[in-house]
Amino acid sequence: MEVKTQNEINLNPASEHAADIPTAGISGLTLAMSLLMGTYFGIVLTKSEVVRWQRVHDMFLFKEPHMYLIIGVGVVVAMVSMLIIQSVQAKSIEGKPIKYKPKPFHKGVVIGGTIFGAGWAITGACPGPIYAQVGAGAWMGLFTLIGALIGMFAYAALKPKLPH
Amino acid sequence: MDFILQPWPWWFSGVLVGLTVPLLYLLTGQGFGISTSFQQIGAMCSPNSKLAYLRDFNKRKGMWTLMFVIGIAAGGFIANRFLSAERIEFFPESYTSVGGAIRLLVGGILIGFGTRYAGGCTSGHAITGIANLNWPSLVATIFFFVGGLGVTWGLGSLIF
Repeated sequence: MEVKTQNEINLNPASEHAADIPTAGISGLTLAMSLLMGTYFGIVLTKSEVVRWQRVHDMFLFKEPHMYLIIGVGVVVAMVSMLIIQSVQAKSIEGKPIKYKPKPFHKGVVIGGTIFGAGWAITGACPGPIYAQVGAGAWMGLFTLIGALIGMFAYAALKPKLPH
Repeated sequence: MDFILQPWPWWFSGVLVGLTVPLLYLLTGQGFGISTSFQQIGAMCSPNSKLAYLRDFNKRKGMWTLMFVIGIAAGGFIANRFLSAERIEFFPESYTSVGGAIRLLVGGILIGFGTRYAGGCTSGHAITGIANLNWPSLVATIFFFVGGLGVTWGLGSLIF
C-alpha cells in the first residue's frame, strides 16, 4: 500500500488547498537547495571581487583581465559540465531530466542588452552582485536594487509597445 | 586559511562560477539566471497588476529565484563578515554621495529594464547561454559590452 508523506500531499497541485500554498508547484527541497546554491554563489561573487565597482570599471577600461578571465573560465567549466550532464543523462535530485531551455532571439536582445551593459558600467554591478552588495551591508547598493525594480516595472508597462 | 581570506584568484573564482550551472541543475532542476528575480519580486509586489508581464508570471514556480537571490545576499554577508581578512571596498568614495546615489539609481533602472528586455543578464545569457551554444545569448553578451564599453569610453569623463 502506498503511503503518502505529508510533504507529498502538500505538493500535489490537485490538492484542494493548492492555491493557498505559496510554494505549490515547487518543492520545499528545491527552495532549500536554491537558498543553499544562492549562498554559495554569493560567497563566490564576493570573494572573487566581481561585486566591486572598481573591478567592473577596470574590466571596461581593459586595465586588467580579472573579470574577463572569470567569465571565460566560467563559460568553459559550465560548457564541459553540460556536456557531461548530457552524456550521462544526469537527472536532478528530484529525478527530473536536465535540459537547457534556449533563450530566443528578438530585437530586445540587442537593445535591452546594450541598455543593461550601460547600467552595468555605471553601477559596477550586474544583477547577482546587487544582492551580494546589499547583503554584505554595502547600503549604496540599495539604490541600484531600487532602480532595477523601477526598471523592471517600466519594462512590464512598456512591453506591449516595444519591438520584440 | 589565508588563501580563503584573501581575494580569490581568477582561475579559482572562474571554476566556482562555472560549477554553479551544473550544481543548480542537479540540486534544483533550474537553469542558472538571476534577473528573473526582478520579475518575481514585481509579480509578488503587485498581485492585482493589469500588466500581462506580471499578471501571467508563475509566482509559485518563481519562488526558487527569490530564495536563490536571498541566498546570494546571505553569501555576500558571510563572505564579507567571516571570510575576508580586510574590509571589502564595494564602491569608490566618489559613489558614497548624493551624486553617487543618483548614478546608482539611474544605472539600476537601466539594469532592470535592459535585462528584462534582453531576457537575461550575465548569468543567464553570458555564462549559461554561451555554455549551451545558444547563439542569441552570444549576441546579448556582445551587446552587454557594446553598452558598457560605450558608456565607459564615451561618457566616462561625464559620469565617473
